[in-house]
Amino acid sequence: MLQYTIRRLILIVPTMFFVALITFTLAHMAPGSPFDKNENRPMSQETIDRINRTFGLDKPIPEQFVIFLGDAVRLDFGTSFTQRDRSVNEIIGQGLPVTAQLGVQALLLSLAISLPLGVVSALKQNSAIDYGSLFFATVGYTIPSFVIGIVSIFLFAVWLRWLPIIGWGDLRHMVLPTVILSLGPAAVLTRITRASMLEAIRQDYVRTARSKGLREQVVVVTHVMKNAMIPVATIVGPVTAGLITGSFIIERLFSIPGIGRLYITSIEARDYPVIMATTLLYAFFIMVANITVDLVYGVLDPRIKLAK
Amino acid sequence: MATITTSPTQQRAIEMNVLARKQRSLWQDALWRLRRNKAAMLGLAIIALAALMAIFAPWIAPYDPTVNDTAHNNMDPVFVGGQFTNPKFFLGSDELGRDILSRLIWSSRISIVVGLVPTSLVFVIGASLGMLAAFYGGWIDNLLMRFTDIIYAFPDLLFLVIIMATLRNSPVGDIMGGLLLMFVALAIVSWVGLARLVRGQVLSLKEKEFVEAARAIGVPTRRIMARHLFPNALAPVIVALAFSIPGAMLAEATLSFIGIGIKPPTATWGVMINEGFVVFSQSPWPTLLPAFCISIVMLAFTFVGDGLRDALDPRMKN
Repeated sequence: MLQYTIRRLILIVPTMFFVALITFTLAHMAPGSPFDKNENRPMSQETIDRINRTFGLDKPIPEQFVIFLGDAVRLDFGTSFTQRDRSVNEIIGQGLPVTAQLGVQALLLSLAISLPLGVVSALKQNSAIDYGSLFFATVGYTIPSFVIGIVSIFLFAVWLRWLPIIGWGDLRHMVLPTVILSLGPAAVLTRITRASMLEAIRQDYVRTARSKGLREQVVVVTHVMKNAMIPVATIVGPVTAGLITGSFIIERLFSIPGIGRLYITSIEARDYPVIMATTLLYAFFIMVANITVDLVYGVLDPRIKLAK
Repeated sequence: MATITTSPTQQRAIEMNVLARKQRSLWQDALWRLRRNKAAMLGLAIIALAALMAIFAPWIAPYDPTVNDTAHNNMDPVFVGGQFTNPKFFLGSDELGRDILSRLIWSSRISIVVGLVPTSLVFVIGASLGMLAAFYGGWIDNLLMRFTDIIYAFPDLLFLVIIMATLRNSPVGDIMGGLLLMFVALAIVSWVGLARLVRGQVLSLKEKEFVEAARAIGVPTRRIMARHLFPNALAPVIVALAFSIPGAMLAEATLSFIGIGIKPPTATWGVMINEGFVVFSQSPWPTLLPAFCISIVMLAFTFVGDGLRDALDPRMKN
């Protein structure tokens, strides 16, 4: 177990290296320089050269990459190209709490929706509740989040005027983004919960528990649910990744000042330091989530061998 | 002659008995189950309709989807009524006065193509590499698995966003209004998943007796792969591909919605939503109509995908 954990943790390093390499190459492959945007007032060649020297862009790209790696190891990602008086860490430090709050709220909400829904629909298979939750799961899984977002902005903000359209700050701003971001994960989790509950209900140990006269409630909670939650736990890793990519769209749609929106604007502006830092942050986060899930899986289900 | 009355259940039993007597392959069986799945059939009908719309777009679209008519911009659909409608534009016009109906019809072309081309690429690359890795093992297998580890640490959309945003303004990004870049980007992101799936399938299949038997009677390796391993691994691959088509369509719509997908003035549902969203609070229709189209098509593909999964692997069904 410990050996496995260490091995997985060590593997983070080469993976991060390749993520950095791929992103760096792609970002620098794009034509033009980050500083020649203003076509009406083109900068003189000297100015461009000076800026490039300041940011180290005059060096060959492989050398730039080595310098970047050296700094990144010390968690120094330099200054942003677009907001030149601020360091990348400062900018990310400002956006991260917003994105984290949105993500955690959405994750909790999706668990709060999907677990009861999945459990109940499995216990009452083929009932109206079951069909309702399957319908919800299909729609939530299928309809793109930006479509649901647009329709709900239309309904609640434009038409009914109950909620503000965009922005971030008080609770009223958070309702729509949180709910919409949680729908996709909630749909996936509902499907998994229902399927794994149905699987667990049919196991022999459940029949044994019933036949020795345990109350139905006890059977469901301690025998069925306890075992059915194992596959659900494993899906939390992919769900986290889904929340991260989902937040790009939701933050863009609702103009939320988190790192999802920052990520997209920095790519458009070719703000290399911000692109690199956010990509690595995302990749790191997803890897840690996946490792955690695998470890939790091993603890929950002793039959799983983690050594390989 | 006296007719024997049978209840529907008995009738079914008789039919099934007759059917069971004939020998049916796995595929005939699956087709039979798929045909009985109403949701999947509805999905197929919608997809067929969208495909027809895409093929015959130049003939059924009333106007050129990229021609502006600024004198008649921001028209509401005819069914809304009111003074801001024009019988010329059945579903209204956008802020440049382009006919929304024509744009919706032409968009189905892009969606279908974006669904099919990358999926075919993924199938060819993923299936062959997955099979090679599983069959030969060794360094090929190791390389594939390490590569998938890296790709899995990247969420799909993150990777797509980087590729599209950085290369869209390069010469490659200009080919076919950005379509080629989109194909390549989608194929790069998705082939790994399929390769992993095929690898898993083949790994478990190659230990089976029928492969051993084939080898024992001296069937060459290439023929074992093509005639024994591949057809048997196909069922889950088909299901994965059925879900990969709407996945690619959704990715295109999402990227175009964020503004880094297909380049305007080409009409795609995602581009239309992106452009419509600017005038959303004045006129929601240019946004809502393409949003409706993409939702219907996505639902149709999910129904078909679920139907295929149930049909090809009845054990999976609860």
